[in-house]
Amino acid sequence: MGRTELKRLDCLKAIYPRLEGCAVVTIMGAVAAELYSLGHRPNFFYLEHAMGLASSIGLGIALAQPKRKVVVIDGDGSVLMNLGGLTTLARSRPNNLVHLIFDNETLLSVGGGAPGGHKWFTTATATGTDLAGIASAAGFPRAQMVRELGDFEEAALDAINGDQLSCIVAKVDAEMPKSFLIDVHMLENRFEFPRALQTKGGVI
Amino acid sequence: MANSQVVYDAMKGVGITLLSALPETWLVHLIRMADEDPAMTLVRLAKEEEGVGVSAGAHFAGARSAMLLQNHGFLQAINGIVGVSLLYKIPLLMLITDRGSFGEKDPWQTEGGKYTRPVLDALHIAHDDLRRPDEVQPKIAHAMTLAQASLSPVALLLQRDLMWEEPN
Repeated sequence: MGRTELKRLDCLKAIYPRLEGCAVVTIMGAVAAELYSLGHRPNFFYLEHAMGLASSIGLGIALAQPKRKVVVIDGDGSVLMNLGGLTTLARSRPNNLVHLIFDNETLLSVGGGAPGGHKWFTTATATGTDLAGIASAAGFPRAQMVRELGDFEEAALDAINGDQLSCIVAKVDAEMPKSFLIDVHMLENRFEFPRALQTKGGVI
Repeated sequence: MANSQVVYDAMKGVGITLLSALPETWLVHLIRMADEDPAMTLVRLAKEEEGVGVSAGAHFAGARSAMLLQNHGFLQAINGIVGVSLLYKIPLLMLITDRGSFGEKDPWQTEGGKYTRPVLDALHIAHDDLRRPDEVQPKIAHAMTLAQASLSPVALLLQRDLMWEEPN
């Protein structure tokens, strides 16, 4: 599999403006830190633990607020801890949920990566497990894998603007974020997020 | 069936609009009622820990929810309960069928029940038993009130006397 040219941060930059008005749930670590680095918004929730449950949280939001677009930003390590959750998403089939998965083929943020993009604790996607294929076989009406920035931007924006449960897997470099700093306390984030989701005409 | 209806009506009465569940012999009527109720969203889980996330998402979105599970389902969900509900202070109402107590005929159900209360106590999760139909409504209402006020998980342990019905 090896290195790709695609960077998580560039992918996040490409969709960042479109996240306005969405409920965004990210996993911990690099994904959360890089989204935060682009500018925190109260409609972003960073799940700093419970790997695998970001998509389950997204499902709960999507079912309770069917008119709200929900964007889950996941990673291969987390998804592999809750593969059954893909089947629950698929059978519930909320048409307002988009599941983005950054697949760097390693457990980067919990110590499986190293400077320079070296992968010393890979996930099974490094040996051929195809998460888009799994999502498709689970019953997602749309699931695809992308390796180029332009393809990611087109697929992700099309999915967010569309009206069907979608899974976009982006093969990205196993690069550390410049910083893991998130200067919003977990509990501050936990309380501002539902306020943003439940405020009519609110700031999101 | 009559007692399951009492439990179901009590859940509706406290504003629950979303249930996540895996089946269990004692829960089949409750799950059927949820499935047949157009005003209830039933999420059929693959594994119980997912339900903790689903309930957290529903809470963020302003909806009240509950999980229907069994002793082993509770044990399976512990990481989610600690890493989502307790860590982030999120209300979570769990209705746990409490197998393995006096009267249990199934050998495979005799272990999980032994650890449910000690684990709930270790996590400082408030819990109470539901044994009689007349205590169902007030205890479910009180459990939901405490979950919402304390921003914590709470558990009701559904007992054999309430839930078990001999097959027709």
